[in-house]
Amino acid sequence: MTMTATRAGTTARRRPGRRRIATLSPSWLFAAPALVVYAAVVLYPSVAGTLYAFTDWSGIGADRSFIGLENFRAMLHDDQAMGSIGNTLLLTVAVVVVQNGVGLLLALGVHAKLRSRALLRVVFFAPVVVSPVMVAFLWKYIYNPDPSAGLNGLLGLRVDWLGDPSLALWSIAGTVVWQYAGYSMVIFLAGLEGVPKELHEAAMIDGAGAWQRFRYVTWPLLAPAVTVNLMLSTIGGLKLFDQVFAATNGGPGYATETLSTVLYKQAFVFGKFGYSTAVALVLAIFVAAVSLVQIHYTRGREVAQ
Amino acid sequence: MRRTFLLEIVMIVVAVAFLFPVYALVTLSLKDPSQIARTPLALPAPPTGDNFAKAWSAAALGPSLMNSTVITAVSLVALIALGSFAAYYLARAKSHLGYGLYVLFLLGIVLPFQLGMIPLYQLVTDLGLIGTHAGMILFYTGIQLPFTVFLYTGFIRALPREYASAAQIDGASHLTAFTKVVFPLLRPITGTVLILNAVFIWNDFFTPLLYLGGSGYETVPVSVFAFVGQYVSDHGLVFAGLVLGALPIVVLFLLLQRYVIKGFASGLKG
Repeated sequence: MTMTATRAGTTARRRPGRRRIATLSPSWLFAAPALVVYAAVVLYPSVAGTLYAFTDWSGIGADRSFIGLENFRAMLHDDQAMGSIGNTLLLTVAVVVVQNGVGLLLALGVHAKLRSRALLRVVFFAPVVVSPVMVAFLWKYIYNPDPSAGLNGLLGLRVDWLGDPSLALWSIAGTVVWQYAGYSMVIFLAGLEGVPKELHEAAMIDGAGAWQRFRYVTWPLLAPAVTVNLMLSTIGGLKLFDQVFAATNGGPGYATETLSTVLYKQAFVFGKFGYSTAVALVLAIFVAAVSLVQIHYTRGREVAQ
Repeated sequence: MRRTFLLEIVMIVVAVAFLFPVYALVTLSLKDPSQIARTPLALPAPPTGDNFAKAWSAAALGPSLMNSTVITAVSLVALIALGSFAAYYLARAKSHLGYGLYVLFLLGIVLPFQLGMIPLYQLVTDLGLIGTHAGMILFYTGIQLPFTVFLYTGFIRALPREYASAAQIDGASHLTAFTKVVFPLLRPITGTVLILNAVFIWNDFFTPLLYLGGSGYETVPVSVFAFVGQYVSDHGLVFAGLVLGALPIVVLFLLLQRYVIKGFASGLKG
């Protein structure tokens, strides 16, 4: 760092004159420490991981050979892996739709001039800051099959929320929505606060009702908040691990396995490191595809503005 | 006037329903096993604090809080230092190298860490950093740098160049201009970087489970996970552990709620 300082300093002294100095850029050495850490923790492991996906590495020693697309072919015949792709996508769609729908309604609710609005915002947002593992354990009890306890006791039901294979995935989605609806809410809220009041007043004078004002004034101006929310919830849903691991560990059967739980088990339970990274690569492709679509739409909107 | 009154009632009812799991959490943590079996949904009568004393030592929450605090604090300092420095170059460079490096950092936001999970685990093992604070700090600094660099670069680009130029005319180097003039101007975005990274690091589970599980240096979520696994059938004890484990960050949130909500609301608006 001292080197950067002296070099930048002498260059500045060698070239006097306002203009020149004002346009001088800092040395690339400013970025060097960050680049080293980033390369070691993200870039190198990601490249190596991509390569491992095409090997049969077991994780013990350096013994591994290149097997082409064999891991991906094996995945096609692996009920657990194929099931996890379906589960991950279903879970993601459910979370994205419900979390953002609820988040938008909450945002519209607390955006109105209510006396309790500040308190309501804090209440709905609070679960966001808590560890997802702890939230999952809490909900594991709420989903207790005991008819007198938890959600069953409250609603007078006899449902095995996490034990019924056809229901477990949706129960986990419910946990995620409960925890993160407040996150969607605050992003929508920031969008709502950016809608000029004059537009609403003008629409009202023109005789627009509440729904029309929402549909034609508020909604179009919420587009940036919608994009951010969709991106965050989609990527969060695709990578979902903690909640599933703590609540069901993928069960009953394979009913709640996601790509993240499968790649974890393949590596650290079965020692199939090559196969595990192949699953990770599939996950990476999903995430990257979503990100690229989002970036495309965000760019398009910026151009339109 | 009447419409907002009705809406207020509806929202309060929604909030009360929303808080039902928290009600269950707190009331169960204050009950003994026989009360939980007889009246799982009623208020504790009488409330007992036994679960809390037992959970505190059984979950090793004292040492875990210490581990989480050290790992989070040092990672945040490293992220702010490395991230803001790098962003100063990336925001001001006019070369192809500057643009290329910026795109390279952004790539890290898109890549899920699971892709590099195993090679990184190997690397951290080879460096002898499995089961240490240093290994976790290195991991969080690297994994959160792309996002941190992205936030800082966007903010610095919107700052007028004249501040730093003025300092340089007075003979300051880039380094001095940055640390003395530019960095203090970054306070709003540093606040956002601090809050978003702190919540992520404090609550992260997957990697600390892999790196720290069984080492004696576990963070709070990993300790709570092990604790719940051990006492799974004793709901009162488990919930007292959850309350204690969640309490520090919830209290911090309540104290700083305005900044936290603002940070999350503005965090990714690119």
